[in-house]
Amino acid sequence: MIVARQNIYANIDWLTILIWVVMVAFGWMNIYSANFLEVEGSVFDFSMRYGKQLLWIGASLLLALVILIIDAKFYSLFAYILYGIIILILTGVLVFGKEINGARSWFVLGGLQLQPSEFAKPFTALALARILSSHGFMVKKFSDLMKAGFIILLPAALILLQPDMGTSLVFFTFVFVLFREGFSANTMMLMGGLIILFILTLILDKFIIIAGIAGITLFVYYLISRSLKDTLRIFFTLVSLFLVLFAINHFLKLEFDYFRIGLATVIPLAVILAVKILYRRQKRNLKLLAGALIGIFFVISVDYGMNHILKEHQQHRIYVTLGLENDPRGVGYNVNQSKIAIGSGGFSGKGFLEGTQTKLHFVPEQSTDFIFCTVGEEWGFLGTAFVVLLYIFLLLRLIKLAERQRSSFSRIFGYGLLSVLFVHFVINIGMTIGLFPVVGIPLPFFSYGGSSLWGFTIFLFIFLRLDASRLELLG
Amino acid sequence: MNHYTERKYVFMVAVILVGVLFIGRLFYIQVIDKSYEAFAQSNSQSVTVIYPARGLIYDRNGKLMVYNQAAYDIMVTPMLVQGFDTTGLCNMLGLTPEKVKERLNTAKSYSRRVPSVFMKQVDYETAAVFQEKMFQYPGFYVLTRTLRNYQKSIAAHALGYVGEVDQSVLNQDPYFQMGDYIGISGIEKAYESFLRGVKGKSIFLKNAHNQTVDSYQDGKYDVPVTVGKNISITLDSDLQEYGEKLMKPYLGSIVAIEPPSGEILALISAPYYSPDSLVGRRLGESFKQLSADTLNPLFNRALMAQYPPGSTFKTIMGVIGLQEKVISPSTEFHCSYGFWAGNIHTACHLHDSPLNLITGIQNSCNTYFINVLKRILEDPKMSNTAEAYDNWREHLVSFGFTMPLGIELTSELKGNIPTSDYFDNLYGRNHWNYLTVRSLAIGQGELLMTPLQMANAVAAIANRGYYIIPHLIRQIEDEESIPEKYITKIRTSIDSVNFIPIIEGMDLVVNGGRGSTARNARIDSIVVCGKTGTAENPHGNDHSIFIAFAPRDNPRIAIAVFVENQGFGTTYAAPIASLMIEKYLTGEVKRKWYESWVLGQVQPQQVTPEPDTTASDTITDERDNIIDQE
Repeated sequence: MIVARQNIYANIDWLTILIWVVMVAFGWMNIYSANFLEVEGSVFDFSMRYGKQLLWIGASLLLALVILIIDAKFYSLFAYILYGIIILILTGVLVFGKEINGARSWFVLGGLQLQPSEFAKPFTALALARILSSHGFMVKKFSDLMKAGFIILLPAALILLQPDMGTSLVFFTFVFVLFREGFSANTMMLMGGLIILFILTLILDKFIIIAGIAGITLFVYYLISRSLKDTLRIFFTLVSLFLVLFAINHFLKLEFDYFRIGLATVIPLAVILAVKILYRRQKRNLKLLAGALIGIFFVISVDYGMNHILKEHQQHRIYVTLGLENDPRGVGYNVNQSKIAIGSGGFSGKGFLEGTQTKLHFVPEQSTDFIFCTVGEEWGFLGTAFVVLLYIFLLLRLIKLAERQRSSFSRIFGYGLLSVLFVHFVINIGMTIGLFPVVGIPLPFFSYGGSSLWGFTIFLFIFLRLDASRLELLG
Repeated sequence: MNHYTERKYVFMVAVILVGVLFIGRLFYIQVIDKSYEAFAQSNSQSVTVIYPARGLIYDRNGKLMVYNQAAYDIMVTPMLVQGFDTTGLCNMLGLTPEKVKERLNTAKSYSRRVPSVFMKQVDYETAAVFQEKMFQYPGFYVLTRTLRNYQKSIAAHALGYVGEVDQSVLNQDPYFQMGDYIGISGIEKAYESFLRGVKGKSIFLKNAHNQTVDSYQDGKYDVPVTVGKNISITLDSDLQEYGEKLMKPYLGSIVAIEPPSGEILALISAPYYSPDSLVGRRLGESFKQLSADTLNPLFNRALMAQYPPGSTFKTIMGVIGLQEKVISPSTEFHCSYGFWAGNIHTACHLHDSPLNLITGIQNSCNTYFINVLKRILEDPKMSNTAEAYDNWREHLVSFGFTMPLGIELTSELKGNIPTSDYFDNLYGRNHWNYLTVRSLAIGQGELLMTPLQMANAVAAIANRGYYIIPHLIRQIEDEESIPEKYITKIRTSIDSVNFIPIIEGMDLVVNGGRGSTARNARIDSIVVCGKTGTAENPHGNDHSIFIAFAPRDNPRIAIAVFVENQGFGTTYAAPIASLMIEKYLTGEVKRKWYESWVLGQVQPQQVTPEPDTTASDTITDERDNIIDQE
């Protein structure tokens, strides 16, 4: 292939830029509406959030232009240096930063407040792309994986110290990038499964979880063995053993709870089955049984850890983080208000500047984390569906762009962008419509805030710059 | 290079799945489920904030000191205001139409949607009338808050005051809203988190006519109000009141401590002010007046005034000498009208000679304690004067000097005892000795101590060697204990046996015969141990000081009295301390004539003069300008 140095403006993905423009513009309209007061002020009133956001948008246009002018090689060459600088800044903010709402996340320079953690996302993605694309790097090699893990976890840990749990969690999405580059799918699923099991253990009665694990195991066993007779035989053994133990417990007034009785049912049965399986050397069945037992053991340890090792306030913090308990400021109230605001928009909304719920301060953080409420209330289902579709379109577009890269550096960086955007999208919209616990992270390109807008603009345009030069590099 | 390409489908599927899920959910809550719309239409909820009553404050005997009284603020939400009968409003609230307009504009500039105070603290009658006619004035409502009220107008410095939160608090703590009250100084500030309680919140649904229809979601999101915790403080309100009465004609301070517990029985700074003057609407105006007062009543002398301790310091010189074993109780020094060394002379008054340690304290002999300092600083155990000096200073630090003791009240000052470096810099290394710093031996020179530190040192003497950080908190409702640091004994560097001769001397100061310097502090039924002192004051008349504790065995009160510009300790400070002790230990003062004298209602001539204490005051020495006091 010939190295072709072409005019980057011809190769730039104008479609993505168009989506960016639409998102930022629509976002601003909603910020304007959320802060709009009947009488006073012009659009350029810089004491108001919509006025300030105009400044941020103007500055981000400049940023985008500068990023596009810089040579694409700069980003891979300087990846580690940029990463190093942002790590220094993240360390600095812990010492010199200003504490706002209990987190030391901000630098204040005159009237400007900057949140360095927002800029850490693109620069971490650069460093990750650089190391994953370096010669001889193997995701499956443990020492290499550790290196990549270190690059991801260092900024996450520094941000956790601020403490900003939400932003810190976002960094874990870079695991998806590792997955794209060959990280074991089974390990991913196991990790995902354990996380789900962990949350379920905290939400549901442990007896139900044990029963669930037993049920799923039986179902999988049926799929493997295709023997309804065997499956049913085990099922009835389980149920009758449970009933017997239950009766003994009841009449002897031993007062064991369901969870203990369930364990007393499942564990002896598992031992008997294990012996049988080992005798018959059925490898697949052994794996299944081992999986089920690991699950049960995990549930017991989580339960023990939560109730016996952690102190009450620590338990409380975990529950609050997962959205399982209301915190004193009333997260439950906020989510309910957010749902009411969105729900009251109906099919076509109340109209621009006509929203009442968001304006009357019912919804908290209405221009930052809960900006989607204003969309829902004033633009209705048409508006929200439009935003969701816009995101889906952007994300699918980014997958396409990432996959057409010849250099792994560009592709990996693209997946970094994709993963971070995806997680912000899922968590932010998910929480406003009550599908996700409240984790305070902004909706990219929509939410009010200079740092968030600039951080994501830098992220997107570096990728677009790399994409524009994709033909210059040999695959 | 590009392996695992097929994994892009996992990403695509995930993105599309989430999209479908979100759109489905949005369709459900926005289009299918009409209940959300109904919620919003019933527009809207009104949130009523319920303010908790602030915790009450009791004294050590369970007597109520601080309680609450309801106050009514007229609030306004500018956005909801519609045309109203201005004249009616003006008549009701006693405002001019211009004022009404001005206040509405102020409220608007704060926020159009968030209520702000339109008129603060109207009386009950006005509030009741307004409540009735409120429907004519949309956007206005009455908010009930509580204000502090005081059983007796005493202890303003210790109690502190409550005021509206300022912007910096609003920025830091989302709990507070404009117009909320917070403890700004004193006990009110120190125990704010207990006294405050937690605001409650009721959320109601309102219909189009702004009438309350129902509680929102059956009160699921209501927050019950939590009343503030009551606290007991260590002050004895009767003693405090009596002390304030005695100090009324003077500038100065009294600090009384219960030695074994470190509990402050009385904390008086004169001139003082009435705590009522800093309540609610009066606060701004009173504060301006008090700040402008040249005698500065807001200045808490008990914690912030720093004086040289004068001769009271000789007690501590004595114990340090004993501890370092450079003197014994029977060590004698000669004194003939003062201390002489070459051409240096520090005056002393006429008394028996020689004196030992006990009679040295009794007679307050300057020569004696300059000799003690000489022995301490020339101690052969030490390699040089500087080391011996720093060792001496360390003993003083162990009494709590040179640092804020850690009472709950902020702005406590730390006093001063220079280090050897200070004298090295001043005179040059090894170019100074006990003669250079001899004024320290008699509590003058560079020494500075606060009344609180002196009272604490007296408590340490009374306890024969330890103290507990002086504090004001006695009990907090529902708390098992007061903070750890207020129950922890702190040992001084002095062994308890070494206090015995000093206490003997302090006993003789009050109860001895010839040579005793404060016989006027004597109380017939109680053995009071004390020591007089005079702080040199370059700006005017010297300050009168007296420290004391009583009874001699199992002391229940230790006291330090500072009376500014009143000369010898024995003249005013000693009688005041004596009256305070009598009041506290017996519950009443029998020596009424004495009380009247202190209060200046009787001419001083009627009191038996103390010839032995005044005899020497004319003997001055021009060369070093040190005057003997007692």
